[in-house]
Amino acid sequence: MSLRKSHELHQRRFSRNLGVGLTLAAFIVIIFGLTIVKVSGTDFSLATQEVQN
Amino acid sequence: MSDASINASTVTAKSHADEAGFGDYFALLKPRVMSLVVFTALVGLLAAPVPVHPFVGFCAILFIAIGGGASGALNMWWDADIDKVMKRTKGRPIPSGKVEEGEALALGLALSGLSVIMLGLATNWFAGAFLAFTIFFYVVVYTMWLKRSTPQNIVIGGAAGAFPPVIGWVAATGSMSIEPWLMFALTFMWTPPHFWALALFMRSDYDDAGVPMLTVTHGRRATRWHILVYTVLLALLAVGTAFSGIGGPVYLVVAVVLNALFLWGAWQISRRTEDDAEADNFKVERSFFKLSLLYLFLHFGAILAEALLKPFGLGGWS
Repeated sequence: MSLRKSHELHQRRFSRNLGVGLTLAAFIVIIFGLTIVKVSGTDFSLATQEVQN
Repeated sequence: MSDASINASTVTAKSHADEAGFGDYFALLKPRVMSLVVFTALVGLLAAPVPVHPFVGFCAILFIAIGGGASGALNMWWDADIDKVMKRTKGRPIPSGKVEEGEALALGLALSGLSVIMLGLATNWFAGAFLAFTIFFYVVVYTMWLKRSTPQNIVIGGAAGAFPPVIGWVAATGSMSIEPWLMFALTFMWTPPHFWALALFMRSDYDDAGVPMLTVTHGRRATRWHILVYTVLLALLAVGTAFSGIGGPVYLVVAVVLNALFLWGAWQISRRTEDDAEADNFKVERSFFKLSLLYLFLHFGAILAEALLKPFGLGGWS
């Protein structure tokens, strides 16, 4: 038996809390991904032109 | 007073069944409208002559969609009073009592700021500013000002829904040209016949809410003629777009077929009397409305097809 019994409110709001948690996690992934793309310094249009040439 | 007692009193004040879940907050963003925004913005982004990094492109579409969703939440906040009256909208999160008006306002403002800043950072500030203007136009110009004051509300409000392909294009190129405005014009001219057909068979809704829809202010006969006139102008524009930089043979075939069907539907609507419409429960108006959904989707789909064929030397007229 756990020391802190989960309040009924937490169970009821589980979907809301899970949704907010996943949204925040997705936001972090997006910021991280954008940072990597931006700092990698690869100009995508130039890279594409090079491939085409 | 402890947090527990505050929570307890809140819980008793509001029935548990009425408590909002994550889906109710998501519904504030008008997901169905958002799907149109996503699709048209994606076409604008991919039809642009400048390639975009796939992840940046994904983020651009995501933030344009969030901006569109934010304006939907702000629209629901402002229109909560009339949403309660209309059959079509009374199940929305605010009129159904699941979400407070203030929550919708806060969510709308927060997501507006977030989407504009993130789009600006991910692509360019011209695109960010354009998204900010679109949100302002939809919320302030359309929702707060025009919707309840003029029967041309749908015409002018349609501009807000027509901006996403322009934002997508600007996100890719950082500049402007005629092609994104042709996509804008296509959605802008499509909106009035699409909504007026809906208003013809959902008539009591707008009457009850006191929204000055054309059917109420100028009558149903005038609305039928308006649908025909707008459809003729739309057909000229839609077929003419085939000969621009975003058009091509695939688009031309799609445009000719769809516009012939759309014109035929509008012509039938203009010829019908109210007795005819009542007799078959607005069959022609309903099928015209369904066709209008397919009409926009396939036109933008054809623009996308032309853009995707270009790397293989097939898209466009060259």
